[in-house]
Amino acid sequence: MNLPLSAAKSLALSVKDLHKSFGAIEVLKGISLDAREGEVVSILGSSGSGKSTFLRCINMLETPDSGSVTVSGETIRMLPVRNGKSKPADIAQVDRVRSKLGMVFQSFNLWTHKTILENVIEAPVHVQKRPRKECIEEAEALLAKVGIADKRNQYPSHLSGGQQQRAAIARALAMRPDVMLFDEPTSALDPELVGEVLRVMRSLAEEGRTMLIVTHEMGFARDVSSRVIFLHKGLVEEDGSPRDVFENSRSDRFRQFIKG
Amino acid sequence: MDWDFTQETFVSLVSALPLTLALAGTSIALGAILALALALARTSGIVVLDWFARAYVFVFRGTPLLVQIFLIYYGLSQFPAIRHSIFWPVLREAYWCAVMALSLNTAAYASEIIRGGLLSVPHGQVEAARACGMPRLMVFRRIVLPLAIRQALPGYGNEMISMIKATSLASIITLMEVTGVAARIISETYRAIEVFVVAGFIYLTINFLLTRLVQLVEFKLSPHLRQPENAAQAAIAGDAR
Repeated sequence: MNLPLSAAKSLALSVKDLHKSFGAIEVLKGISLDAREGEVVSILGSSGSGKSTFLRCINMLETPDSGSVTVSGETIRMLPVRNGKSKPADIAQVDRVRSKLGMVFQSFNLWTHKTILENVIEAPVHVQKRPRKECIEEAEALLAKVGIADKRNQYPSHLSGGQQQRAAIARALAMRPDVMLFDEPTSALDPELVGEVLRVMRSLAEEGRTMLIVTHEMGFARDVSSRVIFLHKGLVEEDGSPRDVFENSRSDRFRQFIKG
Repeated sequence: MDWDFTQETFVSLVSALPLTLALAGTSIALGAILALALALARTSGIVVLDWFARAYVFVFRGTPLLVQIFLIYYGLSQFPAIRHSIFWPVLREAYWCAVMALSLNTAAYASEIIRGGLLSVPHGQVEAARACGMPRLMVFRRIVLPLAIRQALPGYGNEMISMIKATSLASIITLMEVTGVAARIISETYRAIEVFVVAGFIYLTINFLLTRLVQLVEFKLSPHLRQPENAAQAAIAGDAR
């Protein structure tokens, strides 16, 4: 894609030519993606298409074999290692970049031994070393925003799945990230709890946050995202505005995919 | 049973209690540090460390504690190199030989208990911490270790109780802890029943208090495993909205 220079300046995230294999299986075969500030990118694809792996390579939870990741202008430095793979050159840099990326997991992954409030202030206080009092105030505002302010002193196991996922979103937001990464955030939820999480995500999109969302929620991808990417067999098969992709797709695979 | 004699014996044995507690306390503390190191070596994924820890556990868990005490107390002094080393002032003391044997022994058992705790920590909890940009050491300190300790505590309670009782073996190498004093009184009076009943009662009391302490710590560390106080009302109101 050709971005004008002015737009290139405000790139929140730039991924170039990402490759990743697990053993003999090549999951990502060269994926590139630029996301400007405020862009909401939905990543669609059938299971095994590599979409979760792609997301996890961005914050180095999986180490890509090759390619580069740049977050807010900072490129993660990689070192080549044996058999054509690579690894991060500087773990401290990876940690720094990670704190600019808020990650929301399919299975919430709240820390079970900490209360909801403790979960939310953990990284701001201990990783970013911000004053505790300020973090608590901000955390309370975030919990109110996702609608679970009354659960602040409860433990994750005492909350429903939807409430836990909203708490996890608050936890990710508490680090004031430049980009939010969502890895199938509603796939582990009962159908009646999906809506409350999607509503929170929609409000985040509306306030102009940069978001990358791996999802199976077609309706949500269509209504909320500014851009839709369809991955197939480790490659980008479709990339465009929701209208272009959903209504004028030239890809047979994609048409088959949305037909279900 | 002779009541006056029993009371006298009780006073004598209680005076030996500090030594029993010192032996147990020191070796549990030193053993815990060594156990954590062994458990980390075992889970490190570094082959050399892993095999060292495996061999260590195999040897110290597979041989009797009494044999280990004898080897350290009688065995080490056979080597001139040790007698002339800077460790000799410590190693010639029966007390430190006992502490060493007990620590090395408990570390083998405790390392497996801690390893079980470490393995029980769900991977997602660690990933969430890494994704926040936490350095590895911080992930271990703030997420992995607290969760592992909660999981390991019941097993560790067992091990500490075993250690309290194992201190009685130190009497074999001249230490006058509770069992040592009991054995001396019996050899002077030939009244085994009273003396051993009192000694048993003292161990039982220590372990009763220890068990309660472990229960208290477990309760304090696991609020997330209990129902919240307002659970009843919440259940009625339909909390899963």
